[in-house]
Amino acid sequence: MENALALTRTLIDISTQIAIIGVGISIFLLLYRVLKGPTNPDRAVALDVMGITLMALAGLVTIIVVTTRLNDVVLLIGILLFIGTIALAKFIEKGVIIERNVD
Amino acid sequence: MKRNSNDLILKTMTSIIAFILLGFSVYLFFAGHNAPGGGFIGGLMTSAAIVLMNMAYGQSGMRNSLPINFRFLFKLGLLIALLTGMGSFLFGEPFLSQTFAYFQLPILGRTELATALLFDLGVYLTVIGVTMTIILSIADDRREEVTQ
Repeated sequence: MENALALTRTLIDISTQIAIIGVGISIFLLLYRVLKGPTNPDRAVALDVMGITLMALAGLVTIIVVTTRLNDVVLLIGILLFIGTIALAKFIEKGVIIERNVD
Repeated sequence: MKRNSNDLILKTMTSIIAFILLGFSVYLFFAGHNAPGGGFIGGLMTSAAIVLMNMAYGQSGMRNSLPINFRFLFKLGLLIALLTGMGSFLFGEPFLSQTFAYFQLPILGRTELATALLFDLGVYLTVIGVTMTIILSIADDRREEVTQ
């Protein structure tokens, strides 16, 4: 019984480390798109996906340091990402983020 | 650069997500005593919701639907924080000392109510007032050029 528990813990640790390495690789590839991207919308989309991978990273770190306190952080990153992406999209589309008058 | 726009998806999403954001901010504000959260991050979340509504509905639409003077709000928050600090003088305690007690509330049952929550309320209002004053006065700077 104790053996099975230790085996599960090792499996979770190894798979979390593999997932963190995968998320890290994807963050570097997205960083290449942010730096190299030919147009500004490319960079905006790359930053958006980078934020989503950061959410995944926060979830994986939650598994490694065994805690539930980081769940708020995941939700917080998602909300701030949404607002930031909308602000970037409005700036690219219209040139103003907060208009005075919306018809 | 401005063209006729139809922000139907953005407006509908905003009216749903702003409720989730405000609920999450209230949760963060009340959870601050024994979990991550507190007045500062709760105030930032509330102002994020207000900024999102400003982005979707424009500044004049928000001024009609949420007629709050944010300059007044941070004065009110600072006043609340100062008064909760000075309230400890009434009981002969040093400045900013706090206490707590257990109460029987109608729905929640036996609850611990601390006076630190009142100080946190001051922090919350101050953070909302300062962030919204900064953002709205930066977004508003074009009106001066029009009137001149």
